[in-house]
Amino acid sequence: MSVAIRGAVVVTKRGEERLDVKIAEGVIAEMGTSVGPADIELDGTKCHVLPGFVDLHAHLREPGKEDSETIETGSRAGVLGGYTALVAMPNTNPAQDSVPVIEFVRLQGQRAGLLEVVPSGCITVGRAGTALSPMAELARAGVQIFTDDGSGVQDPALMRRAMEYSRELGITLAQHCEVSSLTVGAVMNECSCSSDMGVPGWPALAEELMVHRDIELAKITGARIHFLHLSTAGSVHLVRQAKALGLPITAEVTPHHLSLTEKLLRSFDSVYKVNPPLRSVADIEALKAGLLDGTIDAIATDHAPHVRRDKELPLDQAPPGMLGLETALGVVLSVLDLTPLQVAEMMSARPAKIAGIAERHGMLPEVGGPANLCVVDMQKEWTVEPRSLASKSTNTPYVGRALRGKVRHTIFDGHVVVNDGKAMR
Amino acid sequence: MKHLRSIGELGRDGLEQLLESATHMAEINRRPIPKVPALRGKTVVSLFYEDSTRTRLSFETAAKRLSAETMTFSVSTSSVSKGESLRDTIETISQMGAHCFVVRHKSSGVPWQIAQWTNASIINAGDGAHQHPTQAIVDCFTVRQAIDQPFFNGVNVTIVGDIKHSRVARSNIEAFTMLGARVTVVAPPTLLPSQIGHWPVTVVHSFDEVIASTDVLYMLRLQSERMDQGLIPSLSEYGSQFGLTMERAQRLQSSAVVMHPGPMNRGVEMHVDPSDLPQSRIHQQVENGISVRMAVLFDVLARDGELQQLHEEVSA
Repeated sequence: MSVAIRGAVVVTKRGEERLDVKIAEGVIAEMGTSVGPADIELDGTKCHVLPGFVDLHAHLREPGKEDSETIETGSRAGVLGGYTALVAMPNTNPAQDSVPVIEFVRLQGQRAGLLEVVPSGCITVGRAGTALSPMAELARAGVQIFTDDGSGVQDPALMRRAMEYSRELGITLAQHCEVSSLTVGAVMNECSCSSDMGVPGWPALAEELMVHRDIELAKITGARIHFLHLSTAGSVHLVRQAKALGLPITAEVTPHHLSLTEKLLRSFDSVYKVNPPLRSVADIEALKAGLLDGTIDAIATDHAPHVRRDKELPLDQAPPGMLGLETALGVVLSVLDLTPLQVAEMMSARPAKIAGIAERHGMLPEVGGPANLCVVDMQKEWTVEPRSLASKSTNTPYVGRALRGKVRHTIFDGHVVVNDGKAMR
Repeated sequence: MKHLRSIGELGRDGLEQLLESATHMAEINRRPIPKVPALRGKTVVSLFYEDSTRTRLSFETAAKRLSAETMTFSVSTSSVSKGESLRDTIETISQMGAHCFVVRHKSSGVPWQIAQWTNASIINAGDGAHQHPTQAIVDCFTVRQAIDQPFFNGVNVTIVGDIKHSRVARSNIEAFTMLGARVTVVAPPTLLPSQIGHWPVTVVHSFDEVIASTDVLYMLRLQSERMDQGLIPSLSEYGSQFGLTMERAQRLQSSAVVMHPGPMNRGVEMHVDPSDLPQSRIHQQVENGISVRMAVLFDVLARDGELQQLHEEVSA
């Protein structure tokens, strides 16, 4: 089965080039001003060919919460957003802290067959923050990125041991930075809105204290640490300083933290409740600057589906999280003027490297390279319709909002998984 | 007015209108048979997800005096204890013909959520630490009565206690300020919201510093769980710093007005018996509660023009 993409601009190592791309047997077989006929012809007019996106932060909810998302529906949402690989967060039930669960997640990804599901492992058993997970065993089973996700490791001694232990395994520890004793009952950013609304807030401090602690631990352990979804100006500042020292630190930011502010919570609509919370305009500006100067390496979605009945709970009881996969590109391009190469770096190349899958994902298109690609129209304006989402849940804050930038085709392992905005499976 | 959910949504004009209307309702309440047929055929549902005696009884009495039908929904004996969701409860009761929900809930924002699921009017009887608008209107009404002037320009209001967790404080600060008062809050720093700097109040940490210059002293209830949360070292320390002791009461101006939204914590924030305190208007607050809530229910439920008609009837 061969595929040809015609009429697009391809982002290559040499720059942007008007080339047709022919794909056969899972690799890029040919690139030229014109390539021979193929079994499937894709129109790329007005589009760019980029490496398929890699999401460092997707909650696929399987096993355990299949009513909100499954690996199949999450994969479908992913390919529609241009992703060819998703790092599956380990806060499943059971948690991804043992080889059988990791293998189950990977297998479900293969069964769905839309993209590569890359299971992350837990740092501690059951994400309980008390005992180290069998990291070496999990690493042997191919896990490269470890995190307790929503429950950042609170105990500094345990985190130090995890970092020491991880170093020899060549893996990356990803931290959700939140000192939980400072965020009891938190509903939104601690700000004038939270004071008016009478709800407990997440102070920026709760994130920054842990960022600071883990930077200091990275100094003495030499472990590779990745900061999940940074949300405050202070965190950006800390990471910028740490990177200047040459520490092996990486960081991500979500599209929603680049685009939405705390003020939206004034509606008491739980669709805007997310952890870390939406912050201020000043934080957004700092995050954008951090992304543009390389302090923040990657854009990651923190795609977090929730069923309607959970999101209809009162704001303080509703679970935090919002969808992200299908809207990531559109949101990012609506708030930041990025070049196609910047998009490829922030949404594909760097996250692929952090996830340890750079030999299969994130490479700029070249002959002989893997055929994990997306074809995007960077200018296309579109509006989010909840009914047309592939995710099983609909908790997106972008309903009715006009976005710029849409994925037209996605090719995974040489197969067309999205053709003209439609998932093929 | 479709809903009454916060003082901010009500606005100054709305507040003045309700205070005016409440004086007519007080007139009705002074009659031998304090009942008018104004809201016949309307159904008012009290939906209390949090315990309350005075607010619920006050609303139900107000509804009955206006001849509305009342339904009471008590969480402990309802299907909520079987796990029914808020939305299902609202939709079910709406189908029974509710025209108005009087809602109290421990979570901030619930009145706004509910409004999406019903065509009925929503009256907020207290949502989390957010708003308690009818209490604020009652308190403004009580102050107006006590100082015998419609606006509070030049009046020093001092609110003492757990500002951070108090919906009464939030509503009252807004309402008193709207009517022209200068509001000072007195509390330990741990019981102030983090961003109080954005509020139109003066913050003072010493009760003794302001008591003599206070025209309206508003004592808030301190919940004992604040001690369990470590926000104050002990109830006795709180009482000595922020309680209304006899010593402090003696420093009050004779013309001062003392209020409390109830229920009082005797020996914590209230060390004096209100009956020993000539400045106390705590009983009037309760009495006025009915008139104000009648005004609110009538405003929310009566058709345009009916209010004017009722006022004319009352005056006639």
